[in-house]
Amino acid sequence: MNRWPMHGAPFLHADTSVAKVMLRVQIASLLPLLVHIYYFGWGIAVQWTLAMLTGLVVEYAMLHLRGRPVKPFLLDGSAVITVTGLTFCIPPESPWWLIVIGVSFALIFGKHLYGGLGFNPFNPAMLGYAFLLVSFPAYMTQWTLPSEVSGHTLSLTESLLKIFTGKLPDSIMDQVTGATPLDHVKTGLTQGISVTDTLHNARVIWDGIAGHGWIQWNLAFMLGGLYLLWTRTIRWQYPVGFLGALGLMAAVFHAMDPDHYAPALFHLLSGGTMLAAFFIITDPVTASTTPLGRFIYAAGIGVLVYVIRTWGGYPDGIAFAVLLMNIFVPLIDQYTQPRVKGHRT
Amino acid sequence: MELNSSPLQQAREILYDGLWNNNQALVALLGLCPMLAVTNNAVNGLGLGVATLIVLVVSNVLVSLIRDYVPREVRIPIFIGIIATAVTIIDMLMAAYVHELHKLLGIFVPLIVTNCVILGRAEAFASKNPIWASALDGLAMGLGFLMVLVVLGGLRELLAQGTLFDQAFLMFGQQARDWTLHLFDGGILLAALPPGAFIGLGLLVAGKNWLELRRQSRLQRIPVESAHEPAKA
Repeated sequence: MNRWPMHGAPFLHADTSVAKVMLRVQIASLLPLLVHIYYFGWGIAVQWTLAMLTGLVVEYAMLHLRGRPVKPFLLDGSAVITVTGLTFCIPPESPWWLIVIGVSFALIFGKHLYGGLGFNPFNPAMLGYAFLLVSFPAYMTQWTLPSEVSGHTLSLTESLLKIFTGKLPDSIMDQVTGATPLDHVKTGLTQGISVTDTLHNARVIWDGIAGHGWIQWNLAFMLGGLYLLWTRTIRWQYPVGFLGALGLMAAVFHAMDPDHYAPALFHLLSGGTMLAAFFIITDPVTASTTPLGRFIYAAGIGVLVYVIRTWGGYPDGIAFAVLLMNIFVPLIDQYTQPRVKGHRT
Repeated sequence: MELNSSPLQQAREILYDGLWNNNQALVALLGLCPMLAVTNNAVNGLGLGVATLIVLVVSNVLVSLIRDYVPREVRIPIFIGIIATAVTIIDMLMAAYVHELHKLLGIFVPLIVTNCVILGRAEAFASKNPIWASALDGLAMGLGFLMVLVVLGGLRELLAQGTLFDQAFLMFGQQARDWTLHLFDGGILLAALPPGAFIGLGLLVAGKNWLELRRQSRLQRIPVESAHEPAKA
């Protein structure tokens, strides 16, 4: 559909629409979804379905209340991306109301109150995540352990039971949930155990690199992200700036004191690093838009993620880092305007 | 204020302005710092609201009393001196009679001196109007501010811990220990934290504007549907 007929000069037509971009992102996130199901069980599939239903209801209600045409905005898929991004971030076996509240907050306060898609200064998915983390810290830090570690894979019925009633025999629950690798390193340090020891002795860590399942999950996100780069859906400055800054920070500190600072590979392959690099910080609405600005924005997030992970109170700091850099986007954009071709300064 | 309107009409106007039309918290958005910082439960809001109300009435009356003798050039320091005196008295009274609450409100009682609502009313109203009108203005503005503090505090308390009037004994003595309403357990922790204050105040302002728009569209006999999209501010 060509809504903007071309007149005059032969412009290059990119032939994209919001729906097309969102569809590509959705395709790229399929592989990580499958990997997630393989390692952490069916929980995420249940959560995703719940989140999508909530998203549909909230989106419909808000568009109706705001007197906007429902169909084009509902079908452009932007809410689907927000919902998917948030679903990947919450623990797979958390109670059903957690994702419902999180999605509602993300869409209502993160998007519609600012005027809908295109007007929101903060990434809605990360706003929803930060809201949940601050409001319900106890539920947000219990992550399902990958089956290789716990020796037990939750079946679909067990996941459903846990999510909707919360009643799973405690013996199983203690066995299948626990701290994430990022958590382990952090608590280890507070108990005086060096990072090197934690990395080689903790059950959840695979071969001294990063977490079981987490590595594969991060690699799956990287593959999905490469597909997005290949289709020119996202720009290269985001992942390069973010991963570069995070890796560099980690490498420098690790070289200075390997007992206190985890190696770069650990930071790049654990937590939500790759999810953020290719799917979160690339959100076209809330990210910086000039070429240099994109790089500064992404690098800023990388530095902040490292700072929060290493010296902050929370095990992973992607949501807060993204929200903080979102605030600076207008400033970055103003000072990185590209020079008009032929203009002398 | 119209010079030829009757005192009763003037009084009604002052009350309506203070409580609703020119509400210092919801319309003027003054005094945000104490408002956002102490309203994590209804009782704290009530305590600070009452203190602000008393200071406002006292300072308005005093400023109005001396309004003809104050040189324009130095009026602000003089007003601040009067307000600071009133605040100091309130601060000491609170420390003596509601000591626990005074400790909880902490720095925010002495900081009433810098609350823009009080200086704003002294400058905009009391320095130009007779004593009875100034006293009434102080009362109306103070009540409007108090109302918002209590509603915002109650809202945040309810969302964050599922109770209302928790710790009421700090203000009303030991017999108030069982006044607390326990509605449910647990809650959204964010509501008690600073972001909850901003979001809650934003919702209250939006609610006030929505009511106002609905009333206006009714007066103009325009169907309510047109009020769905508020005018861009």
